Amino acid sequence: MSVEVRIPTILRTFTGGAKAVHGDGTTLEQVLDDIEARNPGLKDRIVESEALRRFVNVYVNDEDVRFSGGLNAPTADGDVVVVLPAVAGG
Amino acid sequence: MYELAEGNAHNVTAVLKIAREHVDAMIAHAREDHPDEACGVIVGPEGSDVPTRFVRMINADRSPTFFRFDPQEQFELYKTMSATGEEIVVVYHSHTSTEAYPSRTDIALAAEPQAHYVLVSTVDSGASEGPISVRSYRIVDGAVTEEEIDVTE
Repeated sequence: MSVEVRIPTILRTFTGGAKAVHGDGTTLEQVLDDIEARNPGLKDRIVESEALRRFVNVYVNDEDVRFSGGLNAPTADGDVVVVLPAVAGG
Repeated sequence: MYELAEGNAHNVTAVLKIAREHVDAMIAHAREDHPDEACGVIVGPEGSDVPTRFVRMINADRSPTFFRFDPQEQFELYKTMSATGEEIVVVYHSHTSTEAYPSRTDIALAAEPQAHYVLVSTVDSGASEGPISVRSYRIVDGAVTEEEIDVTE
């Protein structure tokens, strides 16, 4: 068991094309660090200055992590993390 | 009547094929929300490049100069598309005081490399009937390429 992280199209260059990767950890940050070890460069596209990037949305199960601790949001085996780039512009 | 991209696009090889009802729906949305920017998507079967299902999205910023999908509504869209095997084929938004060309912010934040980015400008006629321009682009790695729009009946 582990945490499944769903990768958006634009970041699949970091995962060899995989739509989902798996990692271990009891917080979102630990999971991201774990998958970073096998998918170098991925974390930098999600995290900036030790916080989530402003235009990236991350959900653990059905919860937007901005409301559940950000990078400290708890994760557990079997959880699903979804990364979605914001659709935004001017 | 509205002006489509054919007159503006030069040296383009790409084409957006889109149903007239979807073009009309984007224009209606842009007029309704003027002077704020309107936004939404047309999704279609993954890998098909065919836009089939029109979805208006909330502009969480409710702004005349900026748009952002509401994060919760975007997540609901994601879950629906995952269940149905769809993906975003068209991302549309309006410009209400500038031309239908991607702004620097649009280019910097574009994160759907498979999508056609459609711009609708209400600068000439606002919320009223009148001239309105609709143009389509690819935006990949900061590079903007205009493409023709082929409207199907």
